[in-house]
Amino acid sequence: MKREILLGDEAVGLGAVHAGISGVYGYPGTPSTEIFEFVESIAKKTGDIHAFWSTNEKVAYEEALGMSWAGKRALVTMKHVGLNVAADAFMNSAITGTNGGLVLAVADDPGMHSSQNEQDSRYFAKFAQIPCFEPGTQQECYDMVAEALDLSEELTVPVMLRLVTRIAHSRSAVEVTSTPRKQNPLHPTREIHKWTLLPSNARVQYKLLTEKQPELLRRAEASRHNRLELRGKHGVIACGITWNYLLENLPDNHDFSILRIGQYPIPAGKVRELVDHVDDVLVLEDGYPFVEEMLRGPFGLERAVVKGRLSGELPRTGELNPDLVRDAMGLEPQGGLELPTAPANRPPTLCPGCPHHDTYLALNEAVAEYDKPQVFSDIGCYTLGALPPLEAIHSCVDMGASIGMASGAAHAGYHPAIAVIGDSTFAHGGMTSLLSAVQQHVDVNVVILDNETVAMTGTQHSMATDETLDRIVLGLGVEADHLRVITPLPKHHDENVQVFREELAHKGPSVIIARRACVEKVKRHR
Amino acid sequence: MEKNLILAGVGGQGILSIAFVLDNAAVRAGYTFKQAEVHGMSQRGGAVQSNLRYADHEIYSDLIPGGRVDVVLSVEPLEVERYWKMLAPDGWVVSSVTPYVNIPDYPPEDELLAQLTSYSNTILVDAGKIAKAAGTLKAQNMAVLGAASPLLDFTDDQLLEFVNVLFSRKGERVVQLNERAYRFGKAAGLFFRGLIDAGIEPRLALDLSRKMDPSTVDPGLAPRWAKRLKGEPDAVRALLAQEGDIACGQEQ
Repeated sequence: MKREILLGDEAVGLGAVHAGISGVYGYPGTPSTEIFEFVESIAKKTGDIHAFWSTNEKVAYEEALGMSWAGKRALVTMKHVGLNVAADAFMNSAITGTNGGLVLAVADDPGMHSSQNEQDSRYFAKFAQIPCFEPGTQQECYDMVAEALDLSEELTVPVMLRLVTRIAHSRSAVEVTSTPRKQNPLHPTREIHKWTLLPSNARVQYKLLTEKQPELLRRAEASRHNRLELRGKHGVIACGITWNYLLENLPDNHDFSILRIGQYPIPAGKVRELVDHVDDVLVLEDGYPFVEEMLRGPFGLERAVVKGRLSGELPRTGELNPDLVRDAMGLEPQGGLELPTAPANRPPTLCPGCPHHDTYLALNEAVAEYDKPQVFSDIGCYTLGALPPLEAIHSCVDMGASIGMASGAAHAGYHPAIAVIGDSTFAHGGMTSLLSAVQQHVDVNVVILDNETVAMTGTQHSMATDETLDRIVLGLGVEADHLRVITPLPKHHDENVQVFREELAHKGPSVIIARRACVEKVKRHR
Repeated sequence: MEKNLILAGVGGQGILSIAFVLDNAAVRAGYTFKQAEVHGMSQRGGAVQSNLRYADHEIYSDLIPGGRVDVVLSVEPLEVERYWKMLAPDGWVVSSVTPYVNIPDYPPEDELLAQLTSYSNTILVDAGKIAKAAGTLKAQNMAVLGAASPLLDFTDDQLLEFVNVLFSRKGERVVQLNERAYRFGKAAGLFFRGLIDAGIEPRLALDLSRKMDPSTVDPGLAPRWAKRLKGEPDAVRALLAQEGDIACGQEQ
């Protein structure tokens, strides 16, 4: 054993390496990115783990599933909304089952520090009917990923490891093994019926999955991560990281009866035992009221009062913290100083010298000739262009949404229909929408901000940049005359405005690529 | 023993470098620690903070409960203002007074400094000036760490060991510049406190300590400067109004 200082994310990555993974897969997304990057940094030295970012989360999940099929262990990482993209592969991998251990480490973002929603991935685990681990400490991040891989291999189901921002991006010292597990040998499965989900096979496989459920529940009931301690008549259920907030506030000689949950499915037996013992239960969960909602429903708890996000003891939305938990426990607040003034906000901004800035200045000037048109946009650093003073873009929904939404607006007769999307986001989720727009000959103007990297998450490798990007756009059917490439620099401002003007006037699909490397990338890779 | 710190600043100012030094020093000293940080969108020039806790017992929450922050350590003066409500009743504020102006409604300097100096437990240093004197503007974070070091539970060597680890891959020169910034920052902070402890009003203490050539600051001279400030205020004010820096040692 030795001790290392690790982020929760890094502990997941190292735990997976020590548990013998042969591949890590993912698409960058805060707060999950560092899981992959930590494994990648090890793989660069050892050379025996596949570690290359995927085009999107669905691809990543499918690659991981293929690794599992071949008998080796795989870790696939993404942020919560990334799982929406991977959902088709994810849901059906529960039906096929696994061969080598397959763990999905998904990082939720309660409070939306860097996200467009705060969806709770535990619903996805329940939806797919697979086990889910929820660490509360960095040590558990490290330990649980190995347990999850073992469980996946033993019961041949994919297993989820659900993180939240505060555990993903918090450091502590972690005890790590000095005797890592060896990787699995290549041993592909030839159980073709398992992996070919024709309806006749899928029905069989789905039944098998449902038949595994009692065993999954038995494992959760017996899990060392689900601990029940009965004391007085006030109960608390603490899931994942909220355990820390509870302990932070718990007096030494407290009288709460407490169930800690770190492994799902929800250990219904332990829940019943708690509820039978207490008069009320406070449910602490960083995310949706997942357990709380279940408590109010199928467990039939007329005798106990359930408190939590739904009853108003805790806020319905946002991230929990020790103070909110303290308040919900009915303890005295620990006040700080009164804030003398509300300080001026300091929102994030585009970096000095950022190419997006120059592109937006040119675009703003070109569209000024129209009646303040909507500019549909996407997810990346360039989303900051929505803020003053640029206010150049006016939508951000999901990865790749800009092109589809601009097309839909064009179908409705809206002109000019403009989409602004980054190079990596285009590869991730924009290419198929552009193909649709070309095939339908929609009057849409797609601006691809090619800064040659995945900038927002830390300048990871972009799949579609430079010549590759040009060839993709042409390959999707955009006419060569209407693929324009500009260099977003102040000295080219006037000619860039002119290019925008010409393409906005063109009836039919056009693509303008604004190409200049991200300044942060240039700095980091110098 | 338990210490709860908020590290604050603007994305790019090196909050996480301060955290790296303190995390490692804490582990080396045998403490437990937890340190929550901000990644992603807010790193792009926005307000950033890290919750750093270390103790000789187990630490539970990654986030510091309200009213329990012992030290707000900020590389930027406006950023302090976000954390008053987190501060323990006897908590300290250690801050640079070098503003990072990247927003249109940044408050006037006098207003900001009046706010900071109205709180008694402060250590204020001009990290921009100190870092420049040390040889690199990038070392403002290390200057503030140095200024805060007397409030922490580590020796200079315990901290500087990890300043060395942090910057060693950038070469010996960068290590040395950061070490200097740390030492200048520490001296400036102690000098500032020395003036205040000798009864000098905080704003004047700040003005005088900022006027010093950072490489000459000797905290041991603070009492003499304080005496002079009281004895011949006009002469000192004339000195403050002069062009250029003054050498701390001229009091000897």
